[in-house]
Amino acid sequence: MEKQPDRKSPGGVSRRDFIKGVGTGALGSAVLPRLFAEDTIVTKMGRVPVFDRKNITLTVNGRPQTVLVAANETLLDVLRDRLELTGAKRACDRGECGSCTVLLDGEPVYACMALAIRADGRSVTTVEGLAKGDNLHPVQEAFIEHDGYQCGFCTPGFVMTTAAFLAKNPSPNLDEIKLALSGNLCRCGNYVKIYKAVSAAADKMKGA
Amino acid sequence: MAKKETADIGAGSRLYIEEARGGTNQAAPGQAKPRPAPGPAPAEFRLIGKYTARIDGRKIVTGQAKYTQDVRLRGMLSGKILRSPYAAAEVVSVDLGPAKSLPGVLAALQLAEGRVRYAGEQVAAVAAVNERTAEKALDLIKIEYKILPAVVDWEKARDPNAPQVRDGKPNVEKFNEAARGDVEKGFKEADVVIERTYRTNFEIHHPTETHASVAAWDGDQLTVYDSTQNVHGVRDGLARALKIPASKVTVIKNYMGGGFGSKLGLNEHTVAAARLAREAGRPVKIVLSRRDNSLCVGYRPSSLQTYKGGVKKDGTLTTIQLVNYASGGTGYGDEVSEPAIDLYRCPNLKVEEFTVFTNTGASRATRAPGHTQGMLGLEGFLDELAAAIGMDPLELRRKNYTTRNQGDTGLPYSTKGLDKCYEAGAKAIGWERRNKRPGDGSGPVRRGIGMSSSIWWGTGVPGTLADVVLYPDMSVEAVCGTQDLGTGTRTHMAVVAAETLGLEPREIAVKLGNSDYPWAPGSGGSVTTPSVSSAVRDAALKAVERLKQVAARKLEAKPADIVMEGRTFAVGGTSGKSIAFADVYRELRRETVFHGEHGLFPRDKFAFNTFAAHFAEVEVDCETGKIRVLKHVAAHDSGRIINRQTAESQVVGAVTQGLSAGLFEERVMDSNLGYPVNTNLRDYKIATSLDMPEITTIFVDVVDDRLNIMGAKGLGEPPRIPSSAAIANAVYNAIGVHVAEIPMTPKRVLEALKRKEAGS
Repeated sequence: MEKQPDRKSPGGVSRRDFIKGVGTGALGSAVLPRLFAEDTIVTKMGRVPVFDRKNITLTVNGRPQTVLVAANETLLDVLRDRLELTGAKRACDRGECGSCTVLLDGEPVYACMALAIRADGRSVTTVEGLAKGDNLHPVQEAFIEHDGYQCGFCTPGFVMTTAAFLAKNPSPNLDEIKLALSGNLCRCGNYVKIYKAVSAAADKMKGA
Repeated sequence: MAKKETADIGAGSRLYIEEARGGTNQAAPGQAKPRPAPGPAPAEFRLIGKYTARIDGRKIVTGQAKYTQDVRLRGMLSGKILRSPYAAAEVVSVDLGPAKSLPGVLAALQLAEGRVRYAGEQVAAVAAVNERTAEKALDLIKIEYKILPAVVDWEKARDPNAPQVRDGKPNVEKFNEAARGDVEKGFKEADVVIERTYRTNFEIHHPTETHASVAAWDGDQLTVYDSTQNVHGVRDGLARALKIPASKVTVIKNYMGGGFGSKLGLNEHTVAAARLAREAGRPVKIVLSRRDNSLCVGYRPSSLQTYKGGVKKDGTLTTIQLVNYASGGTGYGDEVSEPAIDLYRCPNLKVEEFTVFTNTGASRATRAPGHTQGMLGLEGFLDELAAAIGMDPLELRRKNYTTRNQGDTGLPYSTKGLDKCYEAGAKAIGWERRNKRPGDGSGPVRRGIGMSSSIWWGTGVPGTLADVVLYPDMSVEAVCGTQDLGTGTRTHMAVVAAETLGLEPREIAVKLGNSDYPWAPGSGGSVTTPSVSSAVRDAALKAVERLKQVAARKLEAKPADIVMEGRTFAVGGTSGKSIAFADVYRELRRETVFHGEHGLFPRDKFAFNTFAAHFAEVEVDCETGKIRVLKHVAAHDSGRIINRQTAESQVVGAVTQGLSAGLFEERVMDSNLGYPVNTNLRDYKIATSLDMPEITTIFVDVVDDRLNIMGAKGLGEPPRIPSSAAIANAVYNAIGVHVAEIPMTPKRVLEALKRKEAGS
């Protein structure tokens, strides 16, 4: 077995790491320079714990999971690389396209922009967890019936966004649907089919 | 080294056009026989031409569909590529040592020696136990460059004193010319002669799934999971690049997050993944970044098209002269002249096209290469000609309608439903509501209606193979080495097999996306549906023939008297004797394979093309320059439609992309450094759900029985060709000046309005 690289060294911060570091605010800037010296550090926010890794416990698709995550690891990294849940896709990796959308305590978030440690103690639903056993969620059924996809790469994101949206607004008009979907990009360009799927899903959910 | 091995990489648009014409994949003479037209008329089909939901929909909406990005093999390493930061440089030395000695790094390669010609060209690669380590290793590679003068802006590259992009060859190359008649005579015969210039900019494919490859060796056998539109082509390319037999390579593509032409050829990083995997003795995955998608995997070449043409007062075109300057970076530009040559009856024509080389990554085929740019220019020009003689633009097109190819063959079109598209489209948009003269409206917000025609190839490729496999337990497979790009190939294969066998689509297990399966062409040029549906139909018809023989034996009747009805084989007439499907399949005793093939078609007697007409209605705010598309009607002749559900999506998607390219999309370069500055999906604008108009899709259903046994033509590209052009012409109709450049950004719209005010 080859020697595992030292994951603790923060040397050579890439742009991606930097952005993700910034996402942690005061905590992030405290993490980078001082890693192993002490367990807490004084910041203007007060004394905060310093760690480069942390065991987090989260509920994923109804199942409790404990994962040791790095401080700069995103929720998308953890879902895809540790938990083998590849439904959420990495397409832009910077919060522009919505392909990685998952629900965090029922709210849609871009998993590529959410730090995994923020999910500690919370509940995550991915596209793999939306159906109840063999019974698809009405949103999933409607996407199939109305061909609300082409290549399907952005579909998990659209499906999750729609599920969260319809939970809040069960009877949306077309303009509301367009606005709700505007944080998700479909490069194949199937938006008008997706509107129909969303609208049909709303009807199904009201009927159910 | 690496340079030579990968020399045949990057099949550009020109090869792609060959494929689109079906020219490079002719079956060996005498191998495939033209088959007679199929049996039932469209109305009698139970499934074909109707709406069928995708058979793999459940996989997609539950996140179970595995894309190349999702492939994870035991012991898999992460591969990363180091790219040249310079637009032109000499690689003096590469020291991989420090990278190799970093713990966790298992392989490192030098990929370039000598000259690099664009920023983003690959120079070295590493494979390591994870992404972070691989990134760190790239930082440790020591490369000495000698920076050379570069030219990034294509207009500057036309200067004879500009730095030379290629060794010993000028930057400007004439790469296409055509002529018929005498253009000078045509100018003399014309009542009105005008000259106009249209410009299209660099549009990047940006498939949602970035390019990705996973390479794994098992002894001397290589398996590559690749995000590709062409499993067989990548297989052959890898074999050549690695100097191993093609029989030792398998390329697999299960699901792919879009390609649009960018994933048609073998990618350099795929070869790098295979070499890294060989060196490391473990599988290697390389996933390109979103930024890489702006640098090194192609884009639609630019064009600068100047048309000079003449028309008589009655609308008769007398002459068209076209000069085009295209640029495709270190690759070729696209020929944009095919629409000008073919679409209208015009006795005098002269075309000259030049490509300009620059120190930027090479272009690649982009959904309907050349035609999309050319249609923007030609159809804009037709509208301006119509205005010059005060004629209805649609009437001008009808006046010069042709039922024969106007290019090099002069053959009659086997079928041409463009006139039907004009009629249906004009009715659906309410053509009579347009401004009778461009810019007739008043007030700050103006409305306009415009249209554009389309012509494309889109025949099937003779020699395409597919198998239908019947099992004694009545399960059925349809197998073909094609690929489903998200166009719905899996489902249309199931539809055709199910239709033919009297089953339901969900009962057909479709296998595709593997180079070990029967040969099919790369999915480009709109060839997949006609090629594959015909081969599957052929195989399924043979299967039915066998089943009927078996049934006849059991029923003691003649095979010719057996009919399929309600999942039984019955003796025709009133005998009432029948046998259930299950009992006949059981008699096969073992799995039985039937081979199907797409036959030849009489291309020496007829011209085969797809046609379309798009109509758009827009609203232009003359104070802000902002354009909103309100309605878009797309009328298509693509022969027989196999699955209306997915066919509609093809059209809707291409209209969206045309709107996006027409209004928003443009690669912006730092012309000193040679880097695109908008390398992410926030700065590179693509259409969102908020930009969409109402879209109406019409198929005129002109079945071409001479072409193949399905009478089907392609639909992938046709709807992309007129979509930007129809919108541009609608804007012209609204504001009375043609913006003449896409994307039609607010700035360009306001500049056009200023030109109009200035009276030029």
